[in-house]
Amino acid sequence: MNHLAEITGNIATVGYGVATLSPALGIGLIVSKTQESTARQPEVAGILRINMFIGMALVEALGLIGLVAGFLFT
Amino acid sequence: MRSLAMLLPLASSEEGGGMETPSLGELFPPPFAFDGSNFFEMNRLSLVRIVATVVIVLLMWAGIRATRLIPGRGGGTFEMLMEFVHKQIAVEILGKEAGRRYLPLLATIFFAVLGMSITGVVPFLNIASTSLVAMPLLLACISLVAFIIAGIKSHGAGGYVKSALFPAGAPKAIYVILTPIEFLSTFVLRPATLTIRLMANMIAGHFLLTAFFMMTNYLLISGTSAMKGMSVLPFAGALVFTCFEIFVAALQAYIFTLLTSVYISLAREAH
Repeated sequence: MNHLAEITGNIATVGYGVATLSPALGIGLIVSKTQESTARQPEVAGILRINMFIGMALVEALGLIGLVAGFLFT
Repeated sequence: MRSLAMLLPLASSEEGGGMETPSLGELFPPPFAFDGSNFFEMNRLSLVRIVATVVIVLLMWAGIRATRLIPGRGGGTFEMLMEFVHKQIAVEILGKEAGRRYLPLLATIFFAVLGMSITGVVPFLNIASTSLVAMPLLLACISLVAFIIAGIKSHGAGGYVKSALFPAGAPKAIYVILTPIEFLSTFVLRPATLTIRLMANMIAGHFLLTAFFMMTNYLLISGTSAMKGMSVLPFAGALVFTCFEIFVAALQAYIFTLLTSVYISLAREAH
């Protein structure tokens, strides 16, 4: 059988890339909105930054679960 | 990571000489002392941890001795870092009085994470001691215990469990779903994400640097004459990413400390 192109390896490697898509969007939104809000109201920058990190921790958990799942399910 | 060798099909001057690629085995080097005994067995990472601990303790001691009315350069740096943890993290989130009370814990976590992670770019150490699960897990457990104690102190044991697992204002029937989710997110996912965030960042940084330096080495030693010049590119990349790793170590220390204090403040304020 003739092969035009061949790839070897584990498809789980691609899985982590897929798993990062939505956390990437989420973190992007969180940071951009915080930047916008800070530009509009610089005096609440401290509170906004803390809330940004809380939100980022929650969203980032999804990406981290994706990373762990790669080790668990192979 | 084996696929890295596939990126450079033209680099090899002789048949069969593939590029060495970094592997997970690097994080588990063979022990060099007390081999066989489970508890005292030492490998390179334990040694790096010991060196990092000694350096942190000595620097802190020297820093405290150097504080005076007009500090010198070293004392000034120490004060700047300490003030950063105090003003930007502790007081900002916990308030003035509680921030001062939790400053020793937060400063310990901050400098431990920073010192243990920055060993990844220190010459001759060259591996972040937080890139094995033990160190981040220990720090995350300290954080977990700290925020549970903070919650129990301000609400009492029963009050804290009630405020953490049964958020007020939900209809009774919802608690069947809500309580397991709250338990998972508060007492399992918080320390787990603290651990994995730090560990994954450090492992990724280590492999990134290793891959760049191995590529430089490979191109320079066994590349054809035209490819030898190309070794400048991965070397420049390695230098840039070394600076990036210093930034990542500081950022991870900041995030770890910030989240710990946020968790403490959430446990104190929960009602």
